[in-house]
Amino acid sequence: MVSTAEIDGQKPKHRPIIRIGIFIIAHSFLVRYCFSNFTFVHSIIRFCTVVCCTAGVLALLLLPVLAKKTYVSENALMPGSATPMLSDQDVSGATRFMNELTSPKLKSWNMGIELPRLIALHMSNLGGEVNYHKFQTQPNNFHPLYFFTSPDAEANLVNKTCQSYATNTIGIIRAPRGDGKEAIVLVTPYNPVNLTQSEVLSLGIAYSVFSLLTQVSWLAKDIIWLAADSQYGQYNSVAAWLRDYHTPSFGGHGKLHADNCRGASGMHGSKLDMFVETEVSDTFRRAGTMAAAFVIKVANTGEEGEQDSLKIYAEASNGQMPNLDLINVVSYLAVHGQGLRVKVEKLVSLLDSKWLNFIGEMLESVGKIARSLNPQWKFGIPVQEYVEGSATLVSSLYNQAIGVPTGSHGAFRDYQVDAITLEISPKLSSSNKARQTEFLFRGGRLIEGVVRSVNNLLEKFHQSFFLYLLTSSNKFISVGVYMIAFLLLVAPLPVVAASLFSNATSTNPNSQKHTSSSSEPFQSWRWLYPTKTIFLVHLWGAIVSLLPYFIYQIPECQPTSRLLIWASLSIFILAVLRSFFGSSTHLQEWVLLKSVTVSSLFIGLCLMSVINFATAEIGALILVPMCLMIKPWKIAGKAHSAFNLLLLTVGFPGAAFFVVKGAFGVQNGSGLVEFWYWVESLWAWNSATYIYICMVHLPCWVLCICILLHCC
Amino acid sequence: MARLLSIFALLVFVLHVTSESTGEVVEQLEGEEFTEELLFRPLPDRKVLSYFHFESKVPRTNSYGHHHRLFPKAIYQLVHKYRITEMELSFTQGRWNYESWGGFDPVASSNAKPPGVELWAVFDVPQDQVDASWKNLTHTLSGLFCASINFLESSTMYSAPDWSFRSLSGNLRYGSLPREAVCTENLTPWLKLLPCRDKAGLSSLMNRPSIYRGFYHSQRLHLTSGEFDLVASGHGITLEQTLTIVLQPDALETNAAFSSSRKLQPSWSMNSLFGRTVEGKCALAKSSNVYVQLEGSLVYNMKDTWNDIEGYEGEEVPYEGFGSNPNFGFSVSPDRMMKEVNSFHKEGSSILYGFSIKDYHSSKPFDLGFRWKLPVTWSCVKAPLRASRFLMGSGNEKGAIALSLQSTEWSESLPKAHNDEEKCRLRVDVFQVVPWYIKVYYHTARLFVDGVPQSLGDVIEKMHVSPSEDKVSPGVMETILRLPCDMKSASLTLEFDKGFLHIDEYPPDANQGFDIPSAIISFPDFQTCLEYTQDNTSIKSPMVSKMQEKRKILSYTEVLLVPLTTPDFSMPYNVITITCTVFALYFGSLLNALRRRAGEEERFLKSKDKNTSKLRLLLSKLSAKLRGRAWEPPTSTPPSSSSSPKLISSKVIIKIVLIAAIGFGWQYYYG
Repeated sequence: MVSTAEIDGQKPKHRPIIRIGIFIIAHSFLVRYCFSNFTFVHSIIRFCTVVCCTAGVLALLLLPVLAKKTYVSENALMPGSATPMLSDQDVSGATRFMNELTSPKLKSWNMGIELPRLIALHMSNLGGEVNYHKFQTQPNNFHPLYFFTSPDAEANLVNKTCQSYATNTIGIIRAPRGDGKEAIVLVTPYNPVNLTQSEVLSLGIAYSVFSLLTQVSWLAKDIIWLAADSQYGQYNSVAAWLRDYHTPSFGGHGKLHADNCRGASGMHGSKLDMFVETEVSDTFRRAGTMAAAFVIKVANTGEEGEQDSLKIYAEASNGQMPNLDLINVVSYLAVHGQGLRVKVEKLVSLLDSKWLNFIGEMLESVGKIARSLNPQWKFGIPVQEYVEGSATLVSSLYNQAIGVPTGSHGAFRDYQVDAITLEISPKLSSSNKARQTEFLFRGGRLIEGVVRSVNNLLEKFHQSFFLYLLTSSNKFISVGVYMIAFLLLVAPLPVVAASLFSNATSTNPNSQKHTSSSSEPFQSWRWLYPTKTIFLVHLWGAIVSLLPYFIYQIPECQPTSRLLIWASLSIFILAVLRSFFGSSTHLQEWVLLKSVTVSSLFIGLCLMSVINFATAEIGALILVPMCLMIKPWKIAGKAHSAFNLLLLTVGFPGAAFFVVKGAFGVQNGSGLVEFWYWVESLWAWNSATYIYICMVHLPCWVLCICILLHCC
Repeated sequence: MARLLSIFALLVFVLHVTSESTGEVVEQLEGEEFTEELLFRPLPDRKVLSYFHFESKVPRTNSYGHHHRLFPKAIYQLVHKYRITEMELSFTQGRWNYESWGGFDPVASSNAKPPGVELWAVFDVPQDQVDASWKNLTHTLSGLFCASINFLESSTMYSAPDWSFRSLSGNLRYGSLPREAVCTENLTPWLKLLPCRDKAGLSSLMNRPSIYRGFYHSQRLHLTSGEFDLVASGHGITLEQTLTIVLQPDALETNAAFSSSRKLQPSWSMNSLFGRTVEGKCALAKSSNVYVQLEGSLVYNMKDTWNDIEGYEGEEVPYEGFGSNPNFGFSVSPDRMMKEVNSFHKEGSSILYGFSIKDYHSSKPFDLGFRWKLPVTWSCVKAPLRASRFLMGSGNEKGAIALSLQSTEWSESLPKAHNDEEKCRLRVDVFQVVPWYIKVYYHTARLFVDGVPQSLGDVIEKMHVSPSEDKVSPGVMETILRLPCDMKSASLTLEFDKGFLHIDEYPPDANQGFDIPSAIISFPDFQTCLEYTQDNTSIKSPMVSKMQEKRKILSYTEVLLVPLTTPDFSMPYNVITITCTVFALYFGSLLNALRRRAGEEERFLKSKDKNTSKLRLLLSKLSAKLRGRAWEPPTSTPPSSSSSPKLISSKVIIKIVLIAAIGFGWQYYYG
């Protein structure tokens, strides 16, 4: 660099490219130079930081405006190109089937055993290949060693009574001219012990579609109808079936058990057996690689409205989403084919919030101004749309962030199968016969259209987006857009860390003069001490994340007491760790500590954004201001300290949970218990968010507390 | 002119005479012969199997010569050019349902084929020329049958099984293309090999829409030649062409009594199945017969119902010959009936009804109808074990292939047959070819019998593995398993890693996934064979004699689809675009910089500097600020050498910014 500068002095005539190069080098030199008189640079950086963070938050608020309309990207899908073939015959068959399901005769028998038989009978009468799948529920225990892998299936099958067995019924239609390499799955969860009217309706829809698909000649993929026994949870039944489909255990332990139980349960009644024409076997039937799966549900309560509506759930574990094309096809067919109103889950309490409405109005007026300047500037959307879009966006972000699937479709995503839940809600209670038939027609034709469309596609879904957020059923934000907000939030972190570091090293001589206590020979290695602190705190975070496993070993414990044990143990361990390694108190120590904290936060957030973007986004929103603002209270002013304290309170994971719950008014149950269950659900679902909270968020928060309490 | 015309007329007359006399001539010909046969068999799941069987024979060349009347020349030349001793080519659409259509009888065992194209051939050439012959053969067949059989040319696509596929194979090559679509374009060349094509005879039934509407469609060409045998055994080339179709008959007319019941099998006729009738036999065919086969268990079950009715009504049901029956009836009375002798199954012996279509012609077309009178259920004879194969695991990294063998009710009656051994063991041969990008680790093979892990040495009698070589050859596994006869289920698992392909090795539809061709499971302990009593009147039928041949039972497993990692195929184009942009920018500026004459420009500028405008002053100030230098007014002192290029650069920058803004605006408005 120096040599080029010398050349610069000697030979002034340069070619443009060289000049540009020199310019850049000079600039960097300038930057370097400026670092020495850091106060100026520091203020610039601080300004930039504030601007970036504000821009990040603003970009987040702008997302509903930036959403694009969805479009079916894969041409081969051709949704709606064929007229629906579902006929009266199929629907009347479904009605008869539903009547049989609800008949009082059936109720007098043991429903739990007879219902799968009845469904199997109807499936095989339609011409499908039928088999039962008996499975055991797996307890949702926390296994720290199996966190990212699924626990060994055989390890859990011990000491189980026959009572915990449930029976899925599976019917398979072989595509008449297909080669059987791929399959489409239809799932209808139902509870055989307590069958509700809406479950009967969803079974009826699946029956009508199944009855049609056994006759059609256009099938290229096999169809699997899984009537999932959801008496031990909807997700469990589907997950158990998928596990046996993809990773069967050939070991005899589980099978033997099932055999014993069949013998026991077979005594209760086999009145339907005589009707079953073909043999229904327990051998597990398969049908190739799954192309897509649809979980069909009917909502319990009819909504007030002019139309039937369809609600789409798509979030799977760790914020994974199915391909956008799948959602597009469903919503296209629902809106244009069947006249259903398509909805996506949204946070209802946000709809009335004043500040959101205010922002919406602002944006609308900005859009109006822009349009008055140039009528082609289609910037800005109506307030109503904005508010609804952001409510959907928030719910979408939240569901992705906590990493818990929103339905049994989540089980499919674990095996890289695109799946969604279609929840159809009838407009009013469907006691009326004609109304019920119409509803069956609608639902059946929708499913038929979707199946036909997916059947057309001879590839796995790959054309459209996998990383997106929905703001309504037909609007989405792709990864390229929503990344901006996160990048803006995160971008200042390395810069701030660097500036703090240089700040600390450059002011070091001053501090030496004042204290004269530090006679360390390795000035440049001073960052090791804060790094050690940070390492210890992160170690503590890891220990905290493993503690629940041991807490679960304590028998018969209330959630509240478990939570308290967890908290007290954590604090105790922190104190022990602190006492072990003591605390070296230098005056400028906190600057270095903050610098390393900020850089570790940067690394943590970036890593998390790869695993689960939504978590990283929300985490950045909470942590970035906190970490950037933090200062020892002795140095900072009163207002600043108060603000820091506020940020710290909000930043604590538990507090954040309660604030969010309170703000959106979704409070139910007592706070501590609810929090415990929330955390429990996180680790039960193997959510990476749990790891993030324990190993990035919590340590960062503790370090911020350290900095705040630092005595200068 | 007149003379010419008369010659022409004479020629036409002569031609006419010869064409009329061919029919009789063929009868007398000892050498070549062609037979056409059609077999119908009702299936338990309300479908009907129709099986066309055409056979052409030609004697050895050294006794008969090179010129043929009936035998297709294309095949003859093919056999001679590549010295083929045996070859089989099949085009299949749909899957054979082993469970309900059976897997034991000769028709099912030899005509149930994997989806797509399957080709194997045995050559009578030295070992080192086999591959070359195979490659040429694939190309020839590809042209002959309008199919992409030429893809089997690549050494990654075919394999040379040692002993599991056929016992006597050294010069055998086997390949299959699971993704080949089968359509009329493959059928037409196949029909061209028949002397009457589809213009007359049984093949005129092949109405394209109806035969492709079926649930299973397999056209097969099987070739055996004794041309190259040193010992003159007499038989020349035999070409066997079969078409197997499973059709669902629409219910012809509903019987009032059973219309509501689903149990009554649908009645059918040739016209309802194919939409056509037969207008006489192919004039060149030696024999032309239609058969209806009723399976043993069906006959047995019908006997039951018949007895029931007899007992119930208390009167004797007249059973005159075989024309009518209380259970079913034909629209045309059969010419003969053959019963199976020494049936393997206790239940009942199968019956074959024969119809000769010699006496039918266009004014009296042959339309065989079959009508059920009573509901009856039965099940086909299944293969000893039901084989299925599936993939395990998920993700793009690794997985496992599992082969599961389930016992059928058939194999439960086994131990009696093998009492002499200390413990009855069922032999199962497995032949599996896996493409190289599925890297199977054969040492991970695990075997479970009834859920109990077995040591491989106990169960595997013989195993031959040739591991795949990347981009050169597929992995082949040939295994002989000895499974205990009383087992319920057995499964064999093999783990694999999914490989990465080079970008130009991906097929056009890479996102569908990659196929693993069907594995072949054979049961050499069992021989399928149906022996019928030949009544004296019937002429010897090649189809029936084919059924009597002893052959081992084969069954094919499913084709598997493995999703591999696929790159974003548009990425190369993005890279190209970006690289081109960068290159353009680089070379543009480089050329610009090189062809500038700095000295002249400076002089030019110097002369221009004298009239400096205010704007320029401002700009130079700005640029000075940008560069972090103290600003020096360009006019006052003799300009420092560096300042004047700076001016130009600031100008250029402003221009670029302006153009970018215009471009951006343009993009925003009209983009």
